[in-house]
Amino acid sequence: MELEKLEGIATAVRRDILRMVAAVNSGHPGGSLGCTDFFVALYFDIMRRKTDENGNPIFDMDGRDEDLFFLSNGHISPVWYSVLARAGYFPLEELGTFRKLDSRLQGHPATAEHIPGVRIASGSLGQGLSVASGAAYAKKLNGDDKHVYVLMGDGEQQEGQIWEAAQFAPNKKLGNLTAIIDLNHAQIDGTTNNVNDNRDLGAKYRAFGWFVEEMNGNDMAEVIRTLRKAQENPDVPTLILMHTEMGFGVDYMVGNYKWHGTAPNADQLQQALNGLPLSVGTTDY
Amino acid sequence: MKKYEYTDKKDTRSGFGAGIAELGKTHPNVIALTADLAGSLKLEAFIKEFPDRFIQCGIAEANMMGVSAGLTIGGKIPFATTFANFATGRVYDQIRQSIAYSNKNVKICASHAGLTLGEDGATHQILEDLGMMKMLPNMTVINPCDYNQTKAATIAIADHVGPVYLRFGRPVIPIFTPADQKFEIGKAWHVNEGDAVSIFCTGHLVWEAIKAGEMLSEQGIEADIINIHTIKPLDEEAILASVKKTGCAVSAEEHMINGGLGDSVAQVLARNYPAPLEYVGVHDTFGESGTPDQLMKKYGLTADKIVEQVKKVMARK
Repeated sequence: MELEKLEGIATAVRRDILRMVAAVNSGHPGGSLGCTDFFVALYFDIMRRKTDENGNPIFDMDGRDEDLFFLSNGHISPVWYSVLARAGYFPLEELGTFRKLDSRLQGHPATAEHIPGVRIASGSLGQGLSVASGAAYAKKLNGDDKHVYVLMGDGEQQEGQIWEAAQFAPNKKLGNLTAIIDLNHAQIDGTTNNVNDNRDLGAKYRAFGWFVEEMNGNDMAEVIRTLRKAQENPDVPTLILMHTEMGFGVDYMVGNYKWHGTAPNADQLQQALNGLPLSVGTTDY
Repeated sequence: MKKYEYTDKKDTRSGFGAGIAELGKTHPNVIALTADLAGSLKLEAFIKEFPDRFIQCGIAEANMMGVSAGLTIGGKIPFATTFANFATGRVYDQIRQSIAYSNKNVKICASHAGLTLGEDGATHQILEDLGMMKMLPNMTVINPCDYNQTKAATIAIADHVGPVYLRFGRPVIPIFTPADQKFEIGKAWHVNEGDAVSIFCTGHLVWEAIKAGEMLSEQGIEADIINIHTIKPLDEEAILASVKKTGCAVSAEEHMINGGLGDSVAQVLARNYPAPLEYVGVHDTFGESGTPDQLMKKYGLTADKIVEQVKKVMARK
């Protein structure tokens, strides 16, 4: 898809995120906004997804013969839900039910309500890399040549299970696995450096046997270029250090960890939306 | 008392090993995983026949649970194996989120449960696993009693869609259930018909209950002995039918009293048919090193103890 169109979708997604969290005065806008360009690139350009003759996605839990995505840092659910809806997995207006009673759009992603596009619950951190490794392993056993993507947070790298999986995936030669770390250096209690320094994540993953790449996660063209390249390693999993800015797209949120899990009030929402005008062909939910 | 005899003794974990080896032939999607305990879990036969369907995870149980959840996406039926302690307590949140809440078709197969693990001591003797697992929505919990029942249960859970916790053990014990049995999840097995007292037993305590039943029978007390191999879903119908006949019950399990089978039985009785209940199980304490026999005796998990509790509960009728 052409860049301009992707960027138009990204703006619409950012508006969704802000309106979703503001509507329930809860949720996680910071990381969602920072990862928006990545999600849009992944779903609208990179992933080979199953669709019907009209281009609408077909969802089944097994996900055979298509690329799969897992979200390990489940708290950035707003961006995923928005992108899933805009990619056609469920009606756009359903975004208005986010975090409300009887909704399929739980605060953190879940499968219990059978929301199309979600294959595992996440929220309790550190589990997604293991799950994605299992799904990638199953693809290899099934002779399925498609790819598995998983997004993790950088604060999440403090969880021990991540390193169990980081050791497992290269040893099992899961070249069909690409893990992305949202490197925004922010977590609830402050900067990752101050809370519990991750130090050199690239060196760590390299030492564990991964092929390590870096990209600017807020540069759509660079995201697409880097993700394409990651599909080309038959036996070695790829780890992408994705540099993003928390709150990207909303000037007063950029780079401020306080927006990790805080919703904007009505005035702040309006100010943010004013800075994100819809492009032609897109609408709000 | 119906006569139960045995000609052979084996460990229940070997029943699991035999069961999964058979599944290898009949179920091409069955995958065996372990966390550095392939030998202890008796996986040798499976690994020899189906090396490509065996995943050695190393000493990383949390990852093994997550990988198992991921394998189901793609249609695999993962059997994640390790000691019961590392299969539950160590990885409770991974099981909770990635397997139970996500309702993944993962079979958690746990050996060396309870005191009968023996000399390794309390660090490894988990006595809380049934309680933790039965509290999880979507989870089926099974604790078979001998080699044959464990083998049959292993085969049965492959065809049940959804997460399962299958618990077995290390000691060599009599084989007293038929080799050709069909294991029905959630359907209790009536070991002996009686009307004086109900004995609800599971796992290694079933053989003890049979021995207790023989002792009681000699004293003119006919016990209604029911093997609850499936802790969840519980066969409430069998429990209530029995207690309506006997008017009192004893539960027997190699598990903490809190959260175990007895707890489940108590809930059923309290809600439907209040009746005196006594427990044979471990009372709010950790285990210790010793031989399995020594430990079962010291912690009161024996036929003698069942008889004692039967007398106590019958006096309360």
